[in-house]
Amino acid sequence: MASKVIQALYNDDDVLMHAVKKVRAAHHHIEEVYTPFPVHGLDKAMGLEGTRIAITSFLYGCLGLAVAIVMMNYIMIEDWPQDIGGKPSFSYLDNMPAFVPIMFEMTVFFAAHLMVITFYLRSRMWPFKKAENPDKRTTDDHFLMEIGVHDNENELADLLWETGAVEVKVTEKES
Amino acid sequence: MYTFSNKLRIGSFIAMALGVIFLAIGFVSTPSTVEEAKAMVASAHGDGHGEAHAEEAVSHGEDQGHGAEAAHDASHDEHLLHQLQNRPWSALYVAAFFFFMIALGVLAFYAIQRAAQAGWSPLLFRVMEGITAYLVPGGIILFVILLLSTLHMNHLFVWMDADTVAHDELLQGKAGYLDTTFFLIRAAIFLGGWIFYREYSRKLSLAQDEANDNSNFVKNFRWSAGFLVFYLVTESMMSWDWIMSLDPHWFSTLFGWYVFASMFVSGITVIAMVTIYLKSKGYLENVNNSHIHDLAKFMFGISIFWTYLWFSQFMLIWYANIPEEVTYYVARFQDYKLPFFGMLAMNFIFPLLVLMNSDYKRVNWFVIMTGIVVLFGHYLDVFNMVMPATVGDQWFIGLPEIGGILFFGGLFVFWVFTALTKAPLQPKRNPFIEESRHFHY
Repeated sequence: MASKVIQALYNDDDVLMHAVKKVRAAHHHIEEVYTPFPVHGLDKAMGLEGTRIAITSFLYGCLGLAVAIVMMNYIMIEDWPQDIGGKPSFSYLDNMPAFVPIMFEMTVFFAAHLMVITFYLRSRMWPFKKAENPDKRTTDDHFLMEIGVHDNENELADLLWETGAVEVKVTEKES
Repeated sequence: MYTFSNKLRIGSFIAMALGVIFLAIGFVSTPSTVEEAKAMVASAHGDGHGEAHAEEAVSHGEDQGHGAEAAHDASHDEHLLHQLQNRPWSALYVAAFFFFMIALGVLAFYAIQRAAQAGWSPLLFRVMEGITAYLVPGGIILFVILLLSTLHMNHLFVWMDADTVAHDELLQGKAGYLDTTFFLIRAAIFLGGWIFYREYSRKLSLAQDEANDNSNFVKNFRWSAGFLVFYLVTESMMSWDWIMSLDPHWFSTLFGWYVFASMFVSGITVIAMVTIYLKSKGYLENVNNSHIHDLAKFMFGISIFWTYLWFSQFMLIWYANIPEEVTYYVARFQDYKLPFFGMLAMNFIFPLLVLMNSDYKRVNWFVIMTGIVVLFGHYLDVFNMVMPATVGDQWFIGLPEIGGILFFGGLFVFWVFTALTKAPLQPKRNPFIEESRHFHY
């Protein structure tokens, strides 16, 4: 919709934080903020929702635990209950202490890896992905706030200059 | 300044009085002769079980011939008598150790916070110092119980019985270490060192409030680091002396760590509970829910650490199944199924599921509820460490056990909250106090 965006560059994260609060207070929708490092509290200032990735991780862990139990119960107890060194293979519970290290590791493995993959999918990251970076300086020492323009270019530019921007520019957004 | 609420004070007195009565009933109702012991067990088990047991004993005796039967029965009966006589003593000892261990765990946590120069916890230092005040009465009572054991007032420690040692080569081999005089000297050194650090650190902590420079703080930092080294060694030896030597034929390498994890998590839990209580009364206005969140994280993490050690000790012994080691767990599996596995649910599964969520760790009643379960779980942990060695299958959580909890719980609350009234609850000029006031996670 908004093909035109206004981009304000800052060179300090404190200034950026105040700018974000000010722009939000003026009821402009911030489309994106690019920073070279995590700015503590930026998500709160922008009013972003909390992540739910920990919940997915918990569920993946449960899945991993289930996989470990089903696998070892089938292999060690049901399919071929051999006597290996006198260990009781009569039921899963009888021999459970020996399975705990695997149950633990599988839980951690599933929880960790599936969560990371979820993170990549959700944040659209993969090899050969084209970098979405409006300005190279934002990977080094500049912070960039991007706001959609709806026929209010001058008003927005004034507001952004007021918040301490070192550079304000209006560009056509690709895609 | 904190003022001890009258309700709590009266409550602690009532608990102590009830505890004394229950313990007294426990001591009075122990059998003094073999016949009484047999009668007690027969009546307690009811008709069906008692008769079946008697028949079994008869058939067992017939197989072995008459001479062996008489000797075997006599020794069996005497063993039973000792177990029943041990019960109130064990109940006393378990509760005395449990509450002492809480104070000691808090002391270790306190020393770590000082040595690590933690920025979040200085607001809670006075709470921790209040709890560790219990080291003095708790330590003295424990020492007296150990002293009475060496004076043969009870049969808690079998290696203290010269007659038993004379017939037991394993105990003779350990006699160089398990010697009553040496045992008491060690106990005195442990207790003296811990109490000295507690009192001295408290003195420096209070002096820092009035000082013009940070020399007291720096001194406290050095003493805390030194104490942690001393504590590491003495805590391990204490666990061999006071707990592991109840089963003098058995040994385990990571036992000291295991006891440490138990006391550490109980101590942190009590810090969280006392903090929440004082905050709810409006005494700790600078403590916010991020402090509670941190304490709850410690409860969560150390609960899992405890489980890790519990399982490591159990699984290694179960897996190798060497007879001299495995008897320890056989006794607990056969006679202590419910407390043994119940404690695992209370100390691991419950905190794991309840305290995993970051939001729940900030909710006071969640932390208190988990704390209560964890504390009962760790009481059971001590119970499981002590009771199988002293009373065997004659255990029950009845009047003497509840009396022990009530008495020492009451004493603990009384002593801790009295100590809290002695100094302002917020340190004045700790270098980290501003950071702690603004701590936010």
